[in-house]
Amino acid sequence: MPPPPIAVRIATDWLHARARWQPLEVLFWLAAFAAIWLLRDRHLILTEIAWLGLFALSLDLILGYAGIISLGHAAFFGVGAYTAALLAKYNIVGEPVLAMLVAGVAAAVLGFATSFLVLRGSDLTRLMVTLGVALVLRELANRYGWLTGGADGLQGVTIKPLLGVFDLDMFGHTGYVYCLTVLFILFVIARRLVNSPFGLSLMSVKGNPLRASAIGISVDARLVAIYTVAAAYAGIAGALLAQTTAFASLEVFSFDRSADLLLVLIIGGAGYLYGGLIGAIIFKFMQDYLSELTPQYWPFWIGLVLVVIVLVGRERISSWTAPIRRLVGHLSWRMMIRRFTLSPDKGH
Amino acid sequence: MPVALETINLIKRFSGIVASNNVSLQIAKGARHALIGPNGAGKTTLINLLTGVLKPTSGRILLDGEDISGLSTHERVRLGIVRTFQINQLFNDLTPLETVGLAVSERRGQGLDWWRIVGSRPDLVSEVVEILERFNLNDVIDKRTAILPYGKQRLLEIAVAIACRPRVLLLDEPAAGVPEDERHEILAAVAALPSDVTVLLIEHDMDIVFSFADRISVLVNGALFVEGSPDEVARDDRVKAVYLGEEVADA
Repeated sequence: MPPPPIAVRIATDWLHARARWQPLEVLFWLAAFAAIWLLRDRHLILTEIAWLGLFALSLDLILGYAGIISLGHAAFFGVGAYTAALLAKYNIVGEPVLAMLVAGVAAAVLGFATSFLVLRGSDLTRLMVTLGVALVLRELANRYGWLTGGADGLQGVTIKPLLGVFDLDMFGHTGYVYCLTVLFILFVIARRLVNSPFGLSLMSVKGNPLRASAIGISVDARLVAIYTVAAAYAGIAGALLAQTTAFASLEVFSFDRSADLLLVLIIGGAGYLYGGLIGAIIFKFMQDYLSELTPQYWPFWIGLVLVVIVLVGRERISSWTAPIRRLVGHLSWRMMIRRFTLSPDKGH
Repeated sequence: MPVALETINLIKRFSGIVASNNVSLQIAKGARHALIGPNGAGKTTLINLLTGVLKPTSGRILLDGEDISGLSTHERVRLGIVRTFQINQLFNDLTPLETVGLAVSERRGQGLDWWRIVGSRPDLVSEVVEILERFNLNDVIDKRTAILPYGKQRLLEIAVAIACRPRVLLLDEPAAGVPEDERHEILAAVAALPSDVTVLLIEHDMDIVFSFADRISVLVNGALFVEGSPDEVARDDRVKAVYLGEEVADA
């Protein structure tokens, strides 16, 4: 017996509302693009925010949506950075946009190969395994100095104009437009992905792997898939760094970078895609402001913020911000649709 | 009567303990088969063997005559062996709409579809809504599973399994822990399961077993002890002795 069309309509509306662009999101991206003209003197830091945001978005895909914690995400970032820098230096792929995509593929290959290491075991195992992979790569880059430049970094990289037209200038004007555009495109793709049946299955795998497999989901295959995608994102973020600075050094693989990344995502909050971007904005501006204030001791303040966030707990922070979020909720389409179709409050 | 699910000399040992001892069980197509037995009889182990959570030490499992012993859990689900859980195993952060929608999209092989937005296939949503209405979940489709009343969660357990369109459905104590006043809803849902679905019910509550089953197997110490129609099992003195002893003594 088919259900009444109105019930199907309501269900469809509700499912679509999950994925609809909220006014606040539109505002966020308008502001980001407006900064191309309005914040011309901050383009260097905005460029850094853009690739760091992309890097954190990549971590959010595996941590926030699939529950895979990593302390070695810099492995993919680093592979992307070196790939892009080497392609430019030896003029193998001269055009930066194409080189960036190749770097993403290289990182994805590494992500796929190492994904099988994170399938089994607890969070602790995963932390250690991911950390280990990044350390191994760093040492490999160090060992093969003839290729990577070793401890001095890869010198003499010149980046050709984007698409053969746009020169990457030293003020970061082109760099910001480039990084923001790449970030936006990859964000839209990630947004589609997490709102798709595949994205829903990832959340189910994170929420209850036992049940996920009991409805016919191959848990391992899904984890491999998202880990590979996330690695590609991280690799592209690394490529953006290498291309906008025309440099790659061992530091791209460093433990600090992986740990900072986790911090960025925790500041912004995992599991809603914007956490990494907001975290990157807060982290970079905080770092910028604090390092001007106390050039030597700024990590102290960053550390303090981390401790406060973890101790106070995100849940409690989210209850402090509840009134704001409620206000935002009133503005959202999802609430409007609910109000006009289901009226849950009137039911009781 | 053709056999839907069959085990042949199934043995499972855990470091010295024999949890399943040479179990050869046949479940007829379309049957309402109940599996009973005292605590520790090995009912849960048997379910885990049937669904592929555990690998048998020896023996075989056949679905419609095909050996499925080597397949993993999710592969068996695809072939139609679906279970519910005695203790709710649901997705707390998802709504019933999303949960059942996920199960249906996976069954249709659309689980890797990563570009299409959830809910953009009208026939899929229609099927999901139909299932939710059948299990009386239509008033909570957009509520987080974690905040649903326990009875609704138990209904969702069964609804998710039905969304996988099982050939053989393993029901593990569907009414466990449900308050008395919500119980009839679960039992009605179980009674209304499609007749072409073969059901194996694991249950402690004898009222449910005898009102539901047309065949009963009694498991004791990991081995198949007695099997027969409800009447035969109810009259069997050995069953009374090991299992129904107290109830008979009370009567």
